[in-house]
Amino acid sequence: MLSYVLRTLLKMAVTLFIIVTLVFFATRLSGNPVDFVIGEGITQEDRQLLIAYYGLDGSIATQYRKFIASILTGEFGLSFLERRPVADIAAERIWPSLKLLLSTAIFTFALSIPLGIAAAVYRTRFIGSAIMVIAFMGYAVPPFVIATLLVLIFAYTLNWLPVVGDGTALHFIMPTLAMSGMFVAALTRFTRNAMLDVLGQDYMRTARAKGLPERTVILKHGLRNASITILSVVGLQIAGWIAAGSVVIESIFSWPGIGDLLVRSAIMRDYPVLQFGVLMVAVAVICINAAVDIAYAYADPRIRLAKG
Amino acid sequence: MSDLTSSLPETSRRPVPSLHRIPGYALWCKADWVLRIALVVGMILVLLTIAAPLISPFDPNDQSLISRLRPPLGFERYKAGFFLGTDELGRDILSRCIYGLRLTFALALAGAVIGLLIGGTLGLLAGLVGGVFEDFVMGAVDAQIAIPFTLIALLILAIFGSSLEIMVLVLGVYGWEQHARIVRGEVRKLTGMPFIEAARAAGAGPVRIALRHILPNVVSPLVVQFTLNFSNIVILESTLSFLGLGVQPPTATLGSMVGIGRDYLPTAPWIVVAPAMMILLLTFAVQILGDWLRDHADVRLRSR
Repeated sequence: MLSYVLRTLLKMAVTLFIIVTLVFFATRLSGNPVDFVIGEGITQEDRQLLIAYYGLDGSIATQYRKFIASILTGEFGLSFLERRPVADIAAERIWPSLKLLLSTAIFTFALSIPLGIAAAVYRTRFIGSAIMVIAFMGYAVPPFVIATLLVLIFAYTLNWLPVVGDGTALHFIMPTLAMSGMFVAALTRFTRNAMLDVLGQDYMRTARAKGLPERTVILKHGLRNASITILSVVGLQIAGWIAAGSVVIESIFSWPGIGDLLVRSAIMRDYPVLQFGVLMVAVAVICINAAVDIAYAYADPRIRLAKG
Repeated sequence: MSDLTSSLPETSRRPVPSLHRIPGYALWCKADWVLRIALVVGMILVLLTIAAPLISPFDPNDQSLISRLRPPLGFERYKAGFFLGTDELGRDILSRCIYGLRLTFALALAGAVIGLLIGGTLGLLAGLVGGVFEDFVMGAVDAQIAIPFTLIALLILAIFGSSLEIMVLVLGVYGWEQHARIVRGEVRKLTGMPFIEAARAAGAGPVRIALRHILPNVVSPLVVQFTLNFSNIVILESTLSFLGLGVQPPTATLGSMVGIGRDYLPTAPWIVVAPAMMILLLTFAVQILGDWLRDHADVRLRSR
């Protein structure tokens, strides 16, 4: 177990190193970012000062060392646009992002677990195939199309829901729906497949033979066993999806979260913010993946009890 | 029986030109109605793409300030000839949709092919060469799987700006890791098989074994992955263009039409609805095809 954990952590460190290096070279390859953003109206001395401030002077090796040092010490510099520390700007946006993710997660699980079970139990009936068709559509439609159509219908045509911001509970409805589309589709599929595997098992027949009500058989004996498979598939993909989904959805609804910040800083070429945001999300994703990996290893006695 | 046939006129004895000669007819016969619809929609979209200059009624970038924001056929203020209405600059939406579809198609195809070539080559080499090279490639694969691609795309596009070339590059980097993973896995599986052993015993060199014996066996999982990848790239491209990070105006892509038209959503929803529907048709058709291929294309998978 210990060696497995160490290997996972080592892999995580390598991935982190790659993303840090990628971010470093990407921002340096295209010439001097200071020139891009500040432009012409600046004296030579001020320009040098700025370049020194952002750690853009010296050879590539020195710059790289400074870059790593600044990450380790938490000195990420000021936003080009807002002249505030990027860490402060990003920190304000974490909570709104988490709120949206939480409501999306609740909605997704509440909807797709029952749907997936129904699709498996009624697989030969109309309802079963209908669920899978809907799930397929959720998977094939880009989230931004769902979001735009939702806005058109519920905000502009029916005037029921507000479009921009995160003020009230009503503000959560459309972003949550748009973001869940893909997740619900995927989770419904996983749940159905996992349930189908379980439904054919001997212990299900035994449970029925004992005279247990069908409801108990499906939920207690079926779902509980299927949940391990479901969680293992979801856990490995969830972090990446979340990152992709929140970038698009937050940007559409001007949700004051990390995803919206990333798109804004990419369009405005606010490199310090973009750099910090990308690193932050990448670190979060990599840490979640490593945690999920280790959790499964712990749950799997073959790995947990292995020697070494 | 023999009377019957002999009484028929001579001409009908000749072999009738068989439908089975048409490529894809066998596929059509096996298809259920969902796949048939997807195939028909896909064919129409491909035809639109190829024949865009012949079909589209106007130049996609022709502006006409006196006919701005006109609604589609059947609405009040409809202007003859502009079947799907006009946008905020008086450009014909139908023409822009057709050309947008064309560009989306071209970009996605280029991206998917680049991804296939990079991933396929690296995967093949990794599987054959092994050793440090394999560790390196698989490390890169793991890293790309671990880092959400949206982040990489945002970073590249923000820094290099977005031109068509950069867009092709970004879309090409997407998905190579899946190809590499699949090819390398297949190669590892195949190299242990007796027929490879036999080829080697017969004196075939490593290059010949790779190209003539291993590659043909990897084709069908690659085709499936390519189709799924193509549809993901369509979604990625239109999403990036929608956010304003992809193809820049005035060039029309379906994503940017939705993105820019969003500002006119309350007053002129047709600007958004037409390209959005086009995106839906495209992604549905490709995804259905990819799904079907995944379930049916591989003979070995099917027999299981």
